[in-house]
This record gives sequence, C-alpha cells and structure tokens, in this order.
Amino acid sequence: MTAYRLSSGGLLDRSKVLSFTFDGRPLRGFAGDTLASALLANDQLLVGRSFKYHRPRGIVSAGPSEPNALMTLGSGARSDPNTKATVAELYAGLTAKSQNRWPSLGFDVGAVNGLLSPFLGAGFYYKTFMWPRQLWEMLYEPVIRRAAGLGRAVLERDPESYEKSWAFCDLLIVGGGPAGLMAALTAGRAGLRVILADEDFRLGGSLLGETETIDGSPAPAFAERVVAELLSLDNVTLLPRTTVFGWYDDNVFGAVERVQKHVAEPSATLPTERVWRIAAKRALLATGAEERPLVFGGNDCPGVMMASAIGTYAQRYGVSAGKSVAIFTSGSSGYRTARGLVARGVTVSTIVDSRPEATEAAPDGVRVIRSGAIVDTKGRKRLSGIVIERSGFEELIACDALGMSGGWSPVIHLACQRGARPVWSEDLKAFSAPDVGGGLRVVGSANGVYTLSGCLRDGAEKATTIAVELGFNAAEASLPVIENEAEPSFAALWYVPGAKSKAFVDFQNDVHARDLGLALREGFGHVEHAKRYTTSGMATDQGKLSNVNAVGILAGMRGVSPAEVGTTTFRPFYTPVSFGALAGTSRDGHATPTRKSPLHEWARKNGATFVDSGLWFRSAWFPRAGEKTWRESVDREVLNVRANVGLCDVATLGKIEVFGADAAEFLNRLYCNPMLKLPVGKARYGLMLREDGFVFDDGTVSRLAEDQFFVTTTTAMAGAVMSHMDYCAQVLWPDLKVRFCSVSDQWAQMAIAGPKARDVLQQLIDEDISEAVFPFLAARSMVLRGGINARLFRISFSGELAFELAVPAGYGEAVAEQIMEAGRAHGICAYGVEALNVLRLEKGHLTHAEFDGRVTPDDAGLGRMVSAQKPDFIGKHLSARYGLTAADRMQLVGLKPVDRDKDMRAGAHLLKEGMKPSTLNDQGWVSSAGYSPVLGHHIALAFLKSGRERYGEKIVVWDKLRDHEMIAEVCDPAFVDPENKKLKA
Amino acid sequence: MRYSAFSIVRNALSGNLNWKQQWRQPQPKSHYDVIIVGGGGHGLATAYYLAKEFGVKNVAVLEKGYLGSGNVGRNTTIVRSNYMLPGNEPFYEFSMKLWEGLEQDLNYNVMLSQRGVIMLYHSDGQRDAYIRRGNAMWMEGVSAELIEREQLKKMIPFLNYDHARYPILGGLLQRRAGTARHDAVAWGYARGADQHGVDIIEHCEVTGIRRENGVVTGVETSKGFIGCGKLALAAAGNSSQVGEMADLKLPLESHVLQAFVTEGLKPCIDHVIVYGGGHFYISQSDKGGLVFGAEIDGYSSYAQRGNLATAEHVMEEGVSMIPGLSRVRVLRAWGGVMDMSMDGSPIIDRTSIDNLYLNCGWCYGGFKATPASGYCFAHLIARNDTHPVARALRLDRFARGYAVDEAGAGPQPNLH
Amino acid sequence: MASLITCPHCGVRPKEEFAVRGDASLIRPASSASDAAWHDYVYVRVNPRGRTLEHWHHVAGCRRFLVVERDTVTHEVYSVVDGAAAAREVRR
Repeated sequence: MTAYRLSSGGLLDRSKVLSFTFDGRPLRGFAGDTLASALLANDQLLVGRSFKYHRPRGIVSAGPSEPNALMTLGSGARSDPNTKATVAELYAGLTAKSQNRWPSLGFDVGAVNGLLSPFLGAGFYYKTFMWPRQLWEMLYEPVIRRAAGLGRAVLERDPESYEKSWAFCDLLIVGGGPAGLMAALTAGRAGLRVILADEDFRLGGSLLGETETIDGSPAPAFAERVVAELLSLDNVTLLPRTTVFGWYDDNVFGAVERVQKHVAEPSATLPTERVWRIAAKRALLATGAEERPLVFGGNDCPGVMMASAIGTYAQRYGVSAGKSVAIFTSGSSGYRTARGLVARGVTVSTIVDSRPEATEAAPDGVRVIRSGAIVDTKGRKRLSGIVIERSGFEELIACDALGMSGGWSPVIHLACQRGARPVWSEDLKAFSAPDVGGGLRVVGSANGVYTLSGCLRDGAEKATTIAVELGFNAAEASLPVIENEAEPSFAALWYVPGAKSKAFVDFQNDVHARDLGLALREGFGHVEHAKRYTTSGMATDQGKLSNVNAVGILAGMRGVSPAEVGTTTFRPFYTPVSFGALAGTSRDGHATPTRKSPLHEWARKNGATFVDSGLWFRSAWFPRAGEKTWRESVDREVLNVRANVGLCDVATLGKIEVFGADAAEFLNRLYCNPMLKLPVGKARYGLMLREDGFVFDDGTVSRLAEDQFFVTTTTAMAGAVMSHMDYCAQVLWPDLKVRFCSVSDQWAQMAIAGPKARDVLQQLIDEDISEAVFPFLAARSMVLRGGINARLFRISFSGELAFELAVPAGYGEAVAEQIMEAGRAHGICAYGVEALNVLRLEKGHLTHAEFDGRVTPDDAGLGRMVSAQKPDFIGKHLSARYGLTAADRMQLVGLKPVDRDKDMRAGAHLLKEGMKPSTLNDQGWVSSAGYSPVLGHHIALAFLKSGRERYGEKIVVWDKLRDHEMIAEVCDPAFVDPENKKLKA
Repeated sequence: MRYSAFSIVRNALSGNLNWKQQWRQPQPKSHYDVIIVGGGGHGLATAYYLAKEFGVKNVAVLEKGYLGSGNVGRNTTIVRSNYMLPGNEPFYEFSMKLWEGLEQDLNYNVMLSQRGVIMLYHSDGQRDAYIRRGNAMWMEGVSAELIEREQLKKMIPFLNYDHARYPILGGLLQRRAGTARHDAVAWGYARGADQHGVDIIEHCEVTGIRRENGVVTGVETSKGFIGCGKLALAAAGNSSQVGEMADLKLPLESHVLQAFVTEGLKPCIDHVIVYGGGHFYISQSDKGGLVFGAEIDGYSSYAQRGNLATAEHVMEEGVSMIPGLSRVRVLRAWGGVMDMSMDGSPIIDRTSIDNLYLNCGWCYGGFKATPASGYCFAHLIARNDTHPVARALRLDRFARGYAVDEAGAGPQPNLH
Repeated sequence: MASLITCPHCGVRPKEEFAVRGDASLIRPASSASDAAWHDYVYVRVNPRGRTLEHWHHVAGCRRFLVVERDTVTHEVYSVVDGAAAAREVRR
C-alpha cells in the first residue's frame, strides 16, 4: 500500500460508507468522494491504458482536465464510456471498468505497441499501409480501428430521460470558486437575478482544497457560509453539477446539469441530465486556473500527478497519494503545495526546483534540489523513484508519488469560443483571455489574479461594476482578511532537457516531445498542423493540460515566442456533453410533432391503416375482413369509387383564406394562370411557380365573394406556400390590400367521389346541387341540414363526379359518419390516400412525385395554363429561358406495359430499345406507378425526353436497382376518362 | 523521399531524424504561369494535376492561412458518388475513381475507407426517389443497392427500427463510398504538387487582383505583387470576397455548417449512415470518434462557428436515428463556411475576364469532389476547355435555365 | 443573433422561431426588365463579409418578414425592422 486514506480531515462524511467496484473488485469510499479519490484511497493507482502504446497510466488531476482516468461507469444500456473518474461523484453501487486494455488492466497485450514505438511516430500511418490497395479495408483499417478508440458504446436504447430548459438572468457566474462566490454574493445582495453554475457537486472551487484561513476560519468553512447566504437569497439560483459548455451569440450560454448522474437509483420523475440555455445580460467567467504539467522523461508513470491535485486529494478528500511524495516545480506553487501536504501529515521528501535561484522556504525536513531536472522515472505500473540530473550528475531518489507544478494557465475556454483569440501574456507566462466586451468578463485566477484575496476582491469589484451598469445599487463589498499570502511566481518550463525516456506532452493521445520535433521537421510546425499531424490536444480532454506545453515546445523549437505560435481554436464543448442531454425529450415519437386530421377518429373507427405523411398521419387504406394484402383493399376502394361512391379524408390539404379589395390581384400575381376574373361561386385549378419558372405547388382557388377567396395547397407544401404568400404580400407588394390566414386546422375537408356522390350528398343538403345548379367547379358556402355551415366544391382529384365538402373541424367526424350513413344504400366506402393515389394516377393527375421542383408547367403538360396575357406573375420572366423551353426537355407521359402482366415501379429509368444504359442514353424516369384495377394492368406516369411526340413508341423501363426490365408503350397520361365525361357528369 | 514500410523502418533506425519536409516553404517568385488562390483541397489538387497531368509546372498556390485551413480541414470526411442528376453523377463518379487510385498516385495514405454509405428512407415517396437515384447511378455504371428493412436490420442492428417517429423502411447503399482522412488529403496533394515543382506559399493573403486592358496580370498579396499568366480562384467559403476583387458578382451565399465529433469509442458504427427523417449523417473515424453533422445554420455567415439551437437539433436527429447514441458524449463542434450556390451544385468555369478561372459553390459537398474538382479545373486552366464531366457545372447555367438542382428547392441557397 | 432576435412585434425571441429567407436588399424587377436584371435578382448575391440585410420570417410568431441588419462575421445585430415597412420605404 502506498496511497492511503488519511485518518482524519477532508470534506467527507465518514459515517456514510459507499461500496463500489472497479474492474469487478469491491472497494469502499465515503460520501463526498469522487471516484478518483476513492480509488486513490484504495491505492488503485493504475486506472487506464494509453491510446496508442497502451502504457499503464494513473490518475493525474483532480478535475475535468483528466487525461488518464477514463472509465466506463454502469453497465448494459446504462453504461457511460470515457467517464473521467476525477469528476464522477461516488455513489453506493457504482460500477467502474477500465478501458482500452485486453485482457486486463494489469496485463495488456496492446502494450507491445510500446516496443514498436520507433515505427509508430507521429503520422506514420500516412506513409504506409498503401499496398496492396484492397488490404486497407480488409486488414489494416480493421486492425487500426480495433486498436484505437477508448470506451465501448453499447448503442442500446437509453432507458433514462433528459430535458431542456431556458433560463434568464442579469448575471451568470461560471465557476463557484472564491471569485465566483464573492461575485455572486455581491450581485445577489444588490438584487440582481444571479445564476451561479459550477461543474462540481460542491461549491467552493479552490477554496475546498485551500490551506489558508479566511477571517480566521478554514477556507471551506468560508465557502460554506457564503453558499448558505446565497441559498437564502430568492434572486440567486445555484446550479451545482452544472457545466457551462458553450458561449453563443447574444450572450446565450449552454450548460448541462447532471441532475441524477450521481445517484444509485435514478428517480423516474427526474431527468438524468438537463441542458440549460441561459440568456444572460452579463456573465462572469470565474473558471480559475489550471496547473501545468512538466514534460520530462518518464512523466507518465502512474504516481506522477499534478502537484495541486495531490494537494486537493489530501485537503478535500483526506487521501495521501503516497507514503513519500516528491514535488517537481518551476515556481512557488510547488512549495505551497508541499507545505499544505506536510500540514496534513503527508510525507514530502524532496522538492526538485528547476530554477537556480529559488527563494521560497521549504517545510522543515524537506530537501530542496535547485537547478534540478527529472530526466527519468522508475517503476512501470507504479512510481518507485525519480532520476534527477543536476550539474551533470544523476541521482535516484525513491518516492511513490510525484507532484508536477509547471506554473498556471487561466482557464479561458469559454471566452475564446466566439472567434476571439487568446492573448499571450509575458507577465503571466500564459495565454490570457481576450477582451470580448462587457457581456462576458473574466474574473479571479481565470483573469490571472492568483492570490486568494485578489480573487475575492476581483469578484466583488466586477460584480459591483455590473450591478451599477444594470442600474442596481451595489453596496461596497467588505472583503475578508487573509493572512500570510504571497503572489505566486514561476518560470515557464516547457520541456525538461535530458529526457532518458519518453517525455509526454499529451498523455491520453500518447504524444511525446519527439513527436512534435518530427512534426516540425516534416513541415508541420504551425500549431494547427502540429495538432492535426501528431493528434496532440485532440483527446477527450481537448488538451486542457497539454496544449500550452505543446505551444511552448513548438515555440522553443522554432525559436519564437509562444505569442507567435498561438493556440489552436477553442470550440464548444468545454467538456463533452451527451447526445441525450442535447436532444432532451425530442426523440422517438416526439422527434417531431404529430398532426392528426379532424377526421382521424372517423378513419380509425372505420378501420383505417395509417401512414406518415410529413407531420401528418393519414388514412392509407381501410382493410375489410378477408382482405389479405393492402392491394386487395386498395383495388376494392378504387373500383367502388369508380362504380359507386367513396369518402376520403383530405383535411390535410393546406387551406388559406384570402380577403381584401386586392385579393384577386394578389392571387393573379401569385399563380401562373389567370385568377382575376374567376367568378364568385367558382373554383379553379391553380399552378404556382417559383421565381425561377419551375412549378412550386398546385391547388385550387375558390372565389367565395368578390373580395374573399379560399385557397388550397398540397399537404406537403402547405407551410411553404403560406410563407411564400407572406413574402409576396409583405415584401414584394406591401401596398396591395390583401390579408390572409391559414385555416388548415379550422376546416375538416372530405372528398365524396363517384357516380353516386351527388345522390349521397344531396341527402345532407336542402339546396339543389344538381349538375345544372352546381356544375363542375362550382364552389360556395352552404348550410347542411341541421344547421352546420359548410363549404362545397365541385372539384375532383379522382376524375369522378366528386365534391369536396368542408365543415368546421369539430363537426368533421360527425358529418363524415352521417355521409357514410347516407351512402350506405349507395354502397359507399371509405378510401384512403393509397386508393386516392391510384385514382389520380389513372386520371393522370399530378402530385409532388411529379412536381419535384425541376418541372415546368409545360413539362407536366400544363403549358397552356401559363398566362401570356398577364403583365406579371411570380416566375413569368425566367420561365422563358432557353433551358426551360427546350424541345428535348422531359415531358409527362403515360406508360402501359406491352406485356400486360408485367409491373412497373416508380424510380425506374427509360431507355430506347436496343440502347446501352448510360447517362447520355437516359431518356427519362418513372415518377409514379401502380396497378390500375380499372384497366387490369400496371400503369405509370413518367417524364420522357420530348415525350409528347412519342406516344405509341415502345420504351424500355429500366430498373437495374431491382434487376427489373420491361417494355412499355408511351401514351397519354390520362388513362381513364380522358374526355372528362365522368368528371362533369 | 518515397514513403513505404521500408522508409519507416529505415528512418526509425536513425531516430526518425532524417525525415524531410513534406513540402517546401518557398518565397514567392515574381511571376507564375498559373496562380491558384486557396491552399485547400481543391486548390492543391488543381495544382497537383496541373503539374502532373497537364504539364503546367510553373504554378503557385497562395493560401492566406495555413495549408488546409479551410473546409478540407473541417468536414465530415464523406466520399461518395450517389447523385441523381445527369449533371452531377458523372462528375462525382469521376471523382470516386480518382479517389480509388489516389493513395498510390500520391504515395500518401489518405485512408480512403470504402465502408459504404447508406441513405435511409422512411416513406414510399422517399424510397421511390432513392430508386430513381440508384438507377441514375447504374446508368453511369455506378453500383447501388436497395437494402430493404429486414436486410438492413441485420446489417445495422442498432437503428431505431421500433420507435422512430418516421419508420426506417430501408436504404440506398453505395458500397464503394465511404470516408477519407481529410487533413491527409490536403497534405498528400501538397506534397505531390510540391514534388512536381509547384510553389505552395502559406500565410500569403491575396488582397487584390491586378488587371491590365481587361486581362488579369497578377495579384496583390500580403507578400507583395505576384504576376501570373492565369489566375484560378479556389477559395470556397470566401469566393464572393475574392471574386469581388475582380468585380465578379457570383451566385453564392456563404453559410456556416457545423460538424461534430464524439469522444473516442471502440468500433461500433461501420458505415456512413444518412438519416432520411432529417438530414443527419454519421460515421466513425479510424481513431474512434463518431463524426457527424446535419444542416447549415441557415443564415449567411463568415464566422466559423455555429449556434446551439442547430447543434441541439443535430443531436435530436442523431438520437432519433440511433437511440443508443444517447449516452455517447460529444467532444467538439466546429463550423465551416460554405459557398452555398443557387442550385446546390458547384461551379467550375472561366469568367467574363480573360485568364480568370473560377472554382466555387461546393455547398456541403466539396470534400468528396476534391480529386475531380482539381482535375477538371486543371483541365480547364491548361486547355481552356471544360472537361466533359464538368460541362453541366458552368457559370452560365443559371442564365440559360440549366440549374443542376439536386434538391429541387430552387434559387434559395439555404434550402440546398 | 444566432441565438436571439428582437422582433419589433413580439420582443426577444429565440432563433428557432424564425426562418431565414435571404438577402433583403434585392428589389424585384419589373416583368419587362432585362434578362440580366432578372438573372441578377434571382441568382446573384453580393454576399458581403460584414454588414448585411437579411429577411427573417417570424414563422412561429407574428409571421412577419423582418429585415435584420447584421454582421456576417461577428453576428452582431444592428437593427430589426418590419419587412413591409422597409419595402415601402425603399419604394418611396
């Protein structure tokens, strides 16, 4: 045993023992532990294997910058791969497994890669594995893929739930350390709406591992007092366990709250995680500073940790990282940590100080080696000693833990997410936050203020400034007294020369100093190239520890300042965020809204099978007893409509009511065909173009009064047409006197089609709707028997004698049932969109299968609709372009199989008989196809080059994708009733 | 230096100290036969093919940032030739064929991984549209397969078969399609072009285009004036800005597209999967991260960063398609600036100005096009003649009424 | 801008409520205008790096087209006005 739990101290509840397992081994910790502190207390130093060389690795940090202690928590569908043990709150029953090792953490076959490391330098894979070509997918890539990767994603359905929420505040404070707490207190007392978010489960930040006293009491107690006061303020919201991961435009921040990642049995009424979008008038970045590791030979040996982490484990978690601790420092912080450790009863043997002239005093009994350099470490799975070089002499010092202290870097990630670059500060020997304006200010050690009193003061002052800016009266903050403070100092030490073994820069991705040298040698000296070539900084820690050293090393090799090298780009997410949290409740059936027609219940009661159609559920067909396939049902419905009568729900069509003195003029400009002189009481088929001359949508326009129109659109384009009309009315022609609104949801619309449609409908209506009085394309309001206001249209998509009846949505179901009742004697049936599709196909009517956004009216055989007389309409000018009028354009035709038993399917292409398939020889394509029960064979609509000239020609319908080929005859697209006799019956 | 397993061993034995720069870092000469503006994938590929295939070796590539700092370094690495329209499919298949020999040609492993791209369909209408597309591919001799639901379940068992808002009915598979290591493509072309004598000049921003008597004679740059016989623009994302220097007004809007990568995972997704119930696409890099993206943010932007609402929507689509992604953590988001053209298709053409050539408008799809774009652009520059597979991609197609509108969405860039 | 838009009718609203249509500086030519004028109107965009005018449609709000003046690099919004008012202004 070397790492061990101290007999007292730490912010733990030692009365609450928590059992957990690591790689199946049962272990125990206390409430207040992280998984990492508990592992350390159990002397589980070895926690992972590195990415490339599978080197044994131990815990390095005590926070989110952790590169090594990644493990899979939980099991089955609840497993969380790549979880950092250093931020995972311990709970009873937690199960943790190490990753990227086989067969076990202790014995990992992959470690053989270490022996091959001279051949596996940065970018080696770009130079080989190219021969023979086929072996890449068969051999090389699978081997590389299996060796790479970290944890395992099970890709099973996640049983837990997530949610998202907005929050608004005057001041968002990111980080609950000394600066953040003081700012929250100041702003909270002044009355600002404050949100304080901190990724830790306990607020206090560095105060929790602090050895100094504040106003005479221990720092954690001070933090506790402040938190207690903040909790008492209604205008302050504390969000512990909440990581602010991104800063977005308009001072909106993204944050993820781990609501119950830390409980053994999650409550079903709470989400596991919650994503907050926080709109903040002002924000303070109080994210502290990160201690830098040192790059020296053997620095990845388990037991080598950040000095501050060793301090935190001792102070906050009551764990000593070793029996004999050494510190390697380039500044005063190493001494401070050593003092704190000694005060907690941890044995510190040696401080190795890289500086020749250090003045700091070491605690009694601690040896100080100045101008010292560690060049190697001893031990493989656990540190046993360090090799120190000084003035050309080597010395081996035994120790089982080593703290690295290479100075400090402000944590400025969020401030650099919106394009501003970090600024190199010679004073701080670090990259500091750029000035990003008043919306987001940086405070405390994130701002390069490294004394405790300085952080408290900075927090209070900046909060006061913000309060005043926002018009609050902020009281002068009274700052606590801190004794015996010293400003920390350090020398920038990017690389410790003389390494006798690999000196790692990026632990997780196994990038060592020589990789950066190789990158530079090969021309990848730019910081972005070095990153991409060596993968330095691309691991799950995003280089939180490593990046600054990589920059320093590149700067040193290139002989320039780190300012000139610059940094790579900071981007969300500050720490990784789960898909689940970001998706929230929008998944499965809730991924998009569901729309149901007002006739949905009617259809359901009549046994409909439903199909998705955009957001809608539409009735597809209505199977009856004995029907085994959908085709049987659809054929029956079609034949029944053609012979008798059917009722179909068409309520999903877009419906727009247009009013105003200029309503007719407006519609006349909107449609390519004339609308100005449409008589009151009449409907007209209308075609809308886009401004580029292609068909946008089709539908009907009915004039209900001189200044009132009722417009329908297709189901799919209802929203787009409405937006288009908004644009035209507001932006293009703002002076037209026209108003319109969507009434899609207000009307239940149904088609009653078939030779007996009138007989059925007449039973519901007192008014005469005979052919003479209410002919084809008649359209007007009327009152149904019983007093329901309705609108009736003599329009037909099926090609039959048909009506579309619209009633207020709430009456839809009742009216539909009444029609069914009235139609019973006439053999009425309900029919769905599949039958509707067959009916329109037989008739040669078009849908968006034909109008695919690349079709002109002429292509569709509707060229005659385009008004030559109108002075202007949307799409008029560009319709005349050569490419839209060329004679070889593909035109709508019908296709009939020569061998009537053969089927055709949509998506097939067309070839001239005897021609080889090629893009050049491609003659067109089949847009819609299906079996016509009326004709007794398959029919299709297709677009064929110069198609209207080619009626009678035999053409190959080529469906190579399904190995299907047949000959069809080109014909007029109206297969049934081309003379419109039935329509106008 | 030729790369091989042998070269790796030999260099390892000498401490890896003898590797050479992969491309030189020359000072610009006073004049080049051809100057290419933009040291991204397309610019570098153009230079490579100009020198190697068309014998034009006095060429410079000017890059304002570091080599490969544009979209070749920030994309989702997908390579495919599954287009529908006759103006596109031959071009992208030409590109696919170049991809298939690229590593041997360049002596650089760009890790082309022909793992298959499958596009899911969720309705009969979508299926029919994919069948149309698949048959268009076959017309061009490109193999495509329609994978029905039961077969798909065996192939990709973790999709949301049972609870999806839009049922997963099947997919259109192109087995030859896949991914490539994006940075390596830029580096490989750079090294290849350099070996053929091309000067690649990084950190050299073009600030002006000099014309005399209506003819381009050179460019003003941050490193001074550089003369040229022909000037070729390959600055996707910033094409309008560079074009403006020569008073060109282009059918483009610049938009930001976000992409994302997760933490590294052991192999779990073996194909490139495209969701048809939205616009989500995902694959797994050889390093283990899941690489994915969806639609553009929708407003014109030159900022290489996106907004949270779009990011959330992307995750929603991801979880809708693969419920098991829920607990996978997203590591990093980035944004690239796209030239969104008015029909969603690119432009490779001469311009109204003599000696000025244009390559732009790649929308989302520039990466997969890199080899063909470079080859066809080089062909055009060297011979003043459009390569046969790029004939539909000319600039005058809008005026003439021959838009290549794969989405059928019309002249609104953010709908493509 | 990419997070919040201050609609002159509805106040500060999240981006998701809006649909972006595009360049708001374009003026639709007369039907009789030249082919070139129509080509430029429908297909050519200035695509400025910096200040731009863009139509945002408040689809999930008042359904008004707004003219948003904003910066394409910083995403700063300078002004948001009603599109019809702006269109009338231009015609004046």
